[in-house]
Amino acid sequence: MTSAEKYVLAAYLVFLAAVLAYLVIIALKVGRLEQELADLARLARERRGG
Amino acid sequence: MSSPNRVAAAALATAAAGLLVGGIALAIFWAPEDADQGFSQKIFYIHVPVALTAYAFFGFGAWKALRLLSTRDSRYDLESYTAVHMGVIFGLLTLVTGSIWAKTSWGQWWSWGERQLVLFLVVFLFYSAYFMLRYSTDPGPRRERNSAVFALFGVALIPVSFLAVRIAGTILHPTVFTHDDGVAMPWEMFLAFCICLGGVLALAATFYRVELAGKRIDASLKELREQLA
Amino acid sequence: MSAYATDVATLARKDVLLELRSRDTLPAMLLFVVSALVVFHFALPADASDRAEIGLFWIALVFTALLGLTRAFAAEREQGLLDGLVLAPVDRSAIWAAKAISVVVFLALAEAVALPAYALFFQPVGWELVAAVVLADVGIASIGALLAAMAAASRSRELLLPLLFLPLAIPAVIGGVGASVAENPASFLGFLALYDAVFAILAWASFEYVVTE
Repeated sequence: MTSAEKYVLAAYLVFLAAVLAYLVIIALKVGRLEQELADLARLARERRGG
Repeated sequence: MSSPNRVAAAALATAAAGLLVGGIALAIFWAPEDADQGFSQKIFYIHVPVALTAYAFFGFGAWKALRLLSTRDSRYDLESYTAVHMGVIFGLLTLVTGSIWAKTSWGQWWSWGERQLVLFLVVFLFYSAYFMLRYSTDPGPRRERNSAVFALFGVALIPVSFLAVRIAGTILHPTVFTHDDGVAMPWEMFLAFCICLGGVLALAATFYRVELAGKRIDASLKELREQLA
Repeated sequence: MSAYATDVATLARKDVLLELRSRDTLPAMLLFVVSALVVFHFALPADASDRAEIGLFWIALVFTALLGLTRAFAAEREQGLLDGLVLAPVDRSAIWAAKAISVVVFLALAEAVALPAYALFFQPVGWELVAAVVLADVGIASIGALLAAMAAASRSRELLLPLLFLPLAIPAVIGGVGASVAENPASFLGFLALYDAVFAILAWASFEYVVTE
């Protein structure tokens, strides 16, 4: 692979890495939101039914 | 999310995937190689769309900021913030890909003579400060309005800096490196570029929606917690 | 004179008189700019060019301005006056105009010391530098007055103001240094005038959104 090809590949890989990193961050966020929602649902149930 | 909205979201994401993969494939395998720069010019197909997308986000964020100031509707604050947030992320990506391009084109990771990149750096610094502004101001209408005004200053800064960097080139940094594209581009290159641009914009729009939804849910959950606890 | 102009004049006079009486900010700015110039002399290697020295003058100017701006709304904050001012039957943008004018006055006073000091320590000062300084002052004061009000609402205003200000100051530095070193300063001076116009108008129009509660 020529040097130019390596750099071009690097640039596209950086882009891919950024997209995947964003996916990971969003996945973690969804997990956190899910947890928070479950907590709040439990709180609401306790309030209601006691 | 209502049904038509869901369909639109799915269509957008699918379009992003298709356009991006197709566009990059065309760029690498089909589009002709640039006579002067050789294979390294192919970075252009990802670097320029990402840069344009970042600018688009900053403009969009400023537009939402204007809506906030004129209607005083809080929902525009999250939209403006998300847009600037995405703009900064794509901005960082622009600087990194631009740096790689500079390294392969003229052997250095950074060049003050590369006007587009320098302009971008100034704008990027400005919008990074936007985050400092948000983090150090307590939530509320004050923060919303300050953020909105700052976002508007940003779009005013873009053309002013463009001019500044241009006239600075004549005196301060005489070595001007440019990637000579755009003017006499073969149609194959232009087509591949447009498809890549469409793909990146669609991807960006998808991320924007996801990010905005995440921020909105976060805010609603916080409110709910306050009500229940 | 219209009511608006009178308001601006009154408020500006208040700021300047307050400063002259308390002697808070101005002596600090004067001392800072001279100290900075001395530091710069030691920071420059022996064979540094004249053009590098011009650049350092502009850096000193920007940071002296920041020093002054950090105090721009300090008096009002300390005595809770900003809320009072905002409630007063005064067009909010007049508050901005007055603040910007007083900042220009302070900068001019600081430069009245800085320019001779620079001429003494480094090299003679040409008319282009003075013209560029005057033009840059207007832009810096316009932007700074608005940003100072913005930072006043935050928890870490002394840290925030430089971060918000520096990217916006970059075009001013480019214009100023360019005007000082170029054979044709006119285009750089013209650019500074454009910079002033764009940001002054923007600051004037958006100030009321920054100070309303």
